[in-house]
Amino acid sequence: MDIHEYQAKELFRKAGIPVPPGEVATSPEEAEAIARKLGGTVVVKAQVHTGGRGKAGGVKLADTPEEVRDEASRILGMSIKEFTVEKVLVTPAEDIEHEAYVGVLVDRSSQAPLFMVSPEGGVDIEEVAATNPEAIRKLPVDPRYGLLPHQALWLADFLYSDPSLVKQASKIIFQLYDAFHSNGCSLAEINPLIVTPTGEVKAIDAKVSVDENELFRLPDVAGYRDVEAEPWAEGRAREAELSFVKLDGNVGCCVNGAGLAMATMDLVKYYGGEPANFLDIGGSSNPDKVVAALEIITSDPNVNVILFNIFGGITRCDDVANGIVEAIRRIEIQPPIVIRLTGTNEEEALEILEGAGFSAHTSMDAVVERAVELAGSS
Amino acid sequence: MSIFIDTSTRLVVQGITGRDGSFHTQQMLEDGTQVVAGVTPGKGGQSFTTDDGTKVPIFNTVDRAVRETGANTSAVYVPPPFAAGAIMEAADAGVALVVAITEGVPVQEMARAYHFVQDRGVRLLGPNCPGLISPGKSKVGIIPARITHPGPVGVISRSGTLTYEAVNQLTEAGIGQSTCVGIGGDPIIGTDFIDCLQAFKDDAETEAIVIIGEIGGTDEQEAAQWIDENLDLPVVGFIAGQTAPPGRRMGHAGAIISGSAGTASEKMEAFRTHGIAVAKRPADIVGLVQKGLNA
Repeated sequence: MDIHEYQAKELFRKAGIPVPPGEVATSPEEAEAIARKLGGTVVVKAQVHTGGRGKAGGVKLADTPEEVRDEASRILGMSIKEFTVEKVLVTPAEDIEHEAYVGVLVDRSSQAPLFMVSPEGGVDIEEVAATNPEAIRKLPVDPRYGLLPHQALWLADFLYSDPSLVKQASKIIFQLYDAFHSNGCSLAEINPLIVTPTGEVKAIDAKVSVDENELFRLPDVAGYRDVEAEPWAEGRAREAELSFVKLDGNVGCCVNGAGLAMATMDLVKYYGGEPANFLDIGGSSNPDKVVAALEIITSDPNVNVILFNIFGGITRCDDVANGIVEAIRRIEIQPPIVIRLTGTNEEEALEILEGAGFSAHTSMDAVVERAVELAGSS
Repeated sequence: MSIFIDTSTRLVVQGITGRDGSFHTQQMLEDGTQVVAGVTPGKGGQSFTTDDGTKVPIFNTVDRAVRETGANTSAVYVPPPFAAGAIMEAADAGVALVVAITEGVPVQEMARAYHFVQDRGVRLLGPNCPGLISPGKSKVGIIPARITHPGPVGVISRSGTLTYEAVNQLTEAGIGQSTCVGIGGDPIIGTDFIDCLQAFKDDAETEAIVIIGEIGGTDEQEAAQWIDENLDLPVVGFIAGQTAPPGRRMGHAGAIISGSAGTASEKMEAFRTHGIAVAKRPADIVGLVQKGLNA
C-alpha cells in the first residue's frame, strides 16, 4: 500500500528524522491559512499516489499566503496520470546546498532489506543506477540483526566528507531503518535528503510503501489508506478479497489463480483481443466473491464480454458454477458471459450451467477465442 | 526417481486442525503421502481423524513430532501472522524440508526466517506456494494428484493454477512427471528455480524440464543462464504476464514490473538467448516437450 508524502513524513517524524513542519489542506482557504501560520516562502505539493508530480505542475513555490491560495486552487482537482489531486501539503521552502538520496527496500535477490544511498539526490534513483552506478552505495541488512551503527556510518560516509554531516546522516539512516522496520514497509525513501546553508541535514520528501500483509498489526498505518483516492472497483475488490487490476481492453476476465489470470490475459491478446482487467477470484468459490467479481467487471463500461477461466484443482467447478448462477440472479448483467471450467467436479458444473442456459467450454484456447470474437462483434 | 520428496517422505503438518490444514491433510493421505504427525500448539495428545478413520497424532511442538514419529518434512498451513515462526520452528526441529503453503506472510518476517533456515541447512519451499508432488510417491501441499502422472518431465513454476493447467495438459497427452514443484509467488522465497534445476539435473529419471515463470524480479533470467551453462536436458519455458502493466502487482506479491525491469518480454528473450524453447501460450508446452523428448 502506497501512502502519501505527508503521511510518510509523519512516520519519519515519529522515528526522530528531521522533517520540516507542514500541514495538509483540502481547500485553497485551508492552504492559505497554513501558509500564514508557517510564514515565509512555502511549497505547495500535490498528494497523489504517483511520481512525476513536479513535471505535471503539482509542486509549486509560493511567496505569499495569497499566492498559496491561487496555487492550491490550481493544483487541487488537477489530474496527474490517472489520479485526481484531493489534498496538498503546504511546507516551508528550504534553502538547499546539497541533495542526497537515502532509501531502503525489500530486495528479492539478497532476500533482505537493501539500503541504497547516493550523493546524487533529487533525481530518480533508477536513472542514477543506469547512468552512474558508482554513485550508489548499497548494503543488504541482515534481518536477524537489523542495521548496525557502523553500517549506518559507512553508508553516511559515502554521502559527505564533513564529519558533522556524516554524523547527522548516519543518525537519520538509523532512524529510517527503524521507521521501515517498525511500520512494516516494503520501501522507505528520502529523496532528497538535503543539507541547508547552516549545515543541517533534513528530509524534505518522503516516499513509503507498506506491506499489505503487515497491516493487521498496524492499525494506525492501516488508517492511512486513502479510500477516496482509490477507484471504486479497487475498493470493492479489496473488500471482497479479490486481486484486481484495471486495464484498457474490453474482454472482462475472471480467473482463479494469479498465474492463470495473467496467462488468460496474455491469451486474449494472442487471439487479437484486449483484456479489460486482471482479476483473481482466489481458491474459494463462495458465490459472494463471484457476485463481487461480476459487479467489478461490469462497472467498466468498456467491457462487452465476460470471460471465466476456472481450473478446478482445489476449487470445485460446481461451486463456481453455482456462484455464477447465483450472481446473475442477484445482479443484472448485460455483456455475454463465456465460461471455461475444467477439473474437479467438471460434469456437475456443466450440468448446472446448462440448466441456467449457459454453455461452457473445457479448453482455455477455445473459450478465449470465443470471447475475443464476441468482443469484436459487439 | 524424483526430487525433494519420495516414498521415504514422512510428513508433519503444522496447523493440522485449521481449515486448510485439515482439508489438505485428508487429501494428502488419500494421495498416498505418509502424514505421520500434526502440530497445533495446545492440542498435543489429541489426534486428527480422517473420513475413513485414519488417525494422525497431534503434538504441541514440531520438535516432539519429529522425535516421536521420525518426521523428516514439514508442511506449513498456519495463518500468515504465525507462519514465519512456524517455518523457523520446523527448521530448529531438524526436518530436512519445510514446505510453506501460507499466503500473506509479512515480507520482513520472511526475510528473517529465510536466513534463519539457511543457517540450519534446511531446505525451504515457498511461502505462498502450492507445494510439490512426485506422482505416485508423495505429495506435500495442495497440487491435485488427479491431474498428475508418473513420468520423465520435471515441472518448476512460480504459480499454482497455471501449473495445474500445464501439468494437466502433459498428463492428458500421456506425458508423466518426475516431480512438479511450485516455488511460490512471493518476493522472498526459499528454494528457487536454480535449486530445482540442479536437483533435476542430478535426478536420473528426469529427461526434460518445464519452467513456468512470470513478471517480476530476475529469477528466470538467472535460471536461463544457469541452464545454458550447466544443463543438457531439453527445457521448455513459459512466462505469464506479457500484458501486465508496469508498477501494478498482479495478484502474487512478487509479480510486479518495477520501472522497466522484470517484464515478460525480457524473460522470454533470456530464455531464447540461452536455448530454451519458449511456449507462446500454455497449449504449446506439450508439443515443445514432446519435441524435446524425441530429440
